[in-house]
Amino acid sequence: MHALVQYIESYLSSDKTPGTAGNWFWATVYVLLVFVGLSIAVIAMNWLERKILAHMQVRLGPMRVGPHGLLQPIADALKLLLKEDIIPDGADKVVFWIAPFIVVLAAFTVFVVVPFGPTHAVTDMNIGILFMLGVSSLSVLGIVTAGWASNSHYPLIGALRSSAQMVSYEVAMGLAVVSAILMTSLNESSTGTLSMIGIVQAQQEQGVWFLFKFFPLGIIAFGIFAIAMVAETNRAPFDLPEAESELTAGFHTEYSGFRWSLFFLAEYSAMIAVSSIAVTLWLGGWLRPFPNLLRGTTWDLAFSFIPGITFLLLGAMCFYNTARMPKHPLFKIQTLGLAGFGAVLALIGLLMFLPPVRDRVGDIFWFSAKVAGFMYLYIWYRGTFPRYRFDQLMKVGWKVLLPTGLALLILTAVVGMRAELLAQVREVFQR
Amino acid sequence: MHSALFEISTLHYLVLGAALFLLGVIGVLTRRNVVIVLMSIELILNAVNLNLVAFSRYWQSIHGPSALHGQVFAIFVITDAAAEAAVGLGILIAFFRNKETVNVDEVNLLKW
Amino acid sequence: MNPSLAPNPPVATPFFFYGLAAIMIIGGILVITRKNAVHSALALITTLLAQAALYLMLYAPFVAGVQIILYAGGIMVLFLFVIMLISIERAEKERQFNKQWLVGIVAAAALGGLFITVYTTTTKGRVLFPEGRASYMDMQNTQGIANLLFDQHGGTYMFAFEIASLLLLVAIIGAVVMAKKRI
Repeated sequence: MHALVQYIESYLSSDKTPGTAGNWFWATVYVLLVFVGLSIAVIAMNWLERKILAHMQVRLGPMRVGPHGLLQPIADALKLLLKEDIIPDGADKVVFWIAPFIVVLAAFTVFVVVPFGPTHAVTDMNIGILFMLGVSSLSVLGIVTAGWASNSHYPLIGALRSSAQMVSYEVAMGLAVVSAILMTSLNESSTGTLSMIGIVQAQQEQGVWFLFKFFPLGIIAFGIFAIAMVAETNRAPFDLPEAESELTAGFHTEYSGFRWSLFFLAEYSAMIAVSSIAVTLWLGGWLRPFPNLLRGTTWDLAFSFIPGITFLLLGAMCFYNTARMPKHPLFKIQTLGLAGFGAVLALIGLLMFLPPVRDRVGDIFWFSAKVAGFMYLYIWYRGTFPRYRFDQLMKVGWKVLLPTGLALLILTAVVGMRAELLAQVREVFQR
Repeated sequence: MHSALFEISTLHYLVLGAALFLLGVIGVLTRRNVVIVLMSIELILNAVNLNLVAFSRYWQSIHGPSALHGQVFAIFVITDAAAEAAVGLGILIAFFRNKETVNVDEVNLLKW
Repeated sequence: MNPSLAPNPPVATPFFFYGLAAIMIIGGILVITRKNAVHSALALITTLLAQAALYLMLYAPFVAGVQIILYAGGIMVLFLFVIMLISIERAEKERQFNKQWLVGIVAAAALGGLFITVYTTTTKGRVLFPEGRASYMDMQNTQGIANLLFDQHGGTYMFAFEIASLLLLVAIIGAVVMAKKRI
């Protein structure tokens, strides 16, 4: 028992991710943790999307299944698992079966390099960001094969439109990413890096989130990426290929039950993945806000209380809603359930005030909070913006984002290397 | 013999590259469907890339860790393959629009 | 961000190499023998991904990343697009192998014999490629490629890089011109 605690302690104080340290056991543990965390996040996203969208549309959303609809995702999952598995007549069975798995594979493999902390990633590949962009572009293949294998024209058109859109916005995404990578090479000591942990460490060394670097170049690059990532994941306002009123659900029309839930899982995982890229590249990853402006151990201590306070606030919201529940005897179980849920949240909040937990949970909390902010943005976009028509969509991708990205790349390079460029120009003029 | 089979050396990669090259050549020479012929050409290019990167690793063992010429060459080959696939498929679409078939045997408008 | 100079010893290399080699060969055989072009394309995607893994085993992570992005995520999407735009159900019912398939196999067998002859030649008992002790600096792979491409004093491939970009421009214009509808 003591040896086990010592083993865990010796691992937790290492300074390398389990992948780079060659530690198979901990790498597997991290992979399982990422899997479980992602599933919980997708379930939470399902509930949050329906509730937030409903509140934005001045209605209540699901309220029946659990207290305030909290058990609705579980009911949805059960329904999808128990549905009849229909394969359309004339569909290519092998390809029809493989297509959802390609999309899920692409969406889940990306999380191998996502850094939740300086050592809290499964591994730290030195081509981290390249790997993430590449593997997330494999989901296009899954969508195209899904549309083709359904042997029906609505899915085919939806799949072709969706993949054309994704491929177009990948170019803009790549340019924005490259202009952020350029900023990592401005450390005093390094030559720039593609590794995700290295990018956040570059932001830590330069003391500024890349969002605010070379103002306004960082923000415009972030803006380009934020728009492109919404189009990349086929979400509103770029969701023409899967909109119900246009194409009867596009490429996943013929998929029902468990296969559809795989597409759904892959879509939300891809959203979390591209949000992680945006958070790592521009928003400072796991760094707390104001790393440079509010320096010092007292500010560190003050910021380290925020995770606990957040969970206590969530628990307090649950208790407040428990008090507002109707006093009818039929609502007794729901009231008890909501009170229990609030108690669990408050307990987690109290746990986060203990010093050993407080020191370690900061990185993961800040990363997750920033990604959660992006998820809220996604839902906000869906509730606010009307849908783009397909030709408008392609026009924005190729004629607006691509030239802006290119100009931004050149400007970032020029501004980043201004000292060397000025020295060379001066040298030319002195001769 | 036993250790030669389990000690992966450059020769293993070259043999694998040669096998893929042969498969690609068979595909180009025997299939009638133009798209599959183009995919076999991609197989050939991949076999060549594998050779290049294997030789780059071998070169690194002699000339130090910065002798990455094979890898740079492989990146250029991938770029070339992309350009050639795009143009080839463009030709295919133009031809398909005229003749409604994707068989290589029927590209014989200039035959006497 | 200290570059790790001590190499990580490769783990279970023969197992991964033979597994990936088997995937690649089976994928290659499926590419050239399937009736359905989409099945061939999927088999080719599998081969390309296995090749990216082999590049990782050869300590070439950047080339592996480029292979996944460009080949599997770009060129194969292009292939699948074209296969779906030209609906070739009619082609599945026709004869798949052309009339000179025997000559093709004989030529490929001759080429295979040439390869075997070259690879098993040992002059004076020395093996063909004597391995040195290869060191491995993981963090420096991308930087090394960038040095070869862009460095002011050591970059020998800058001209090739520019010519490649010109080639891509020509290919874009050519593909657009050829696939355009003539009204």
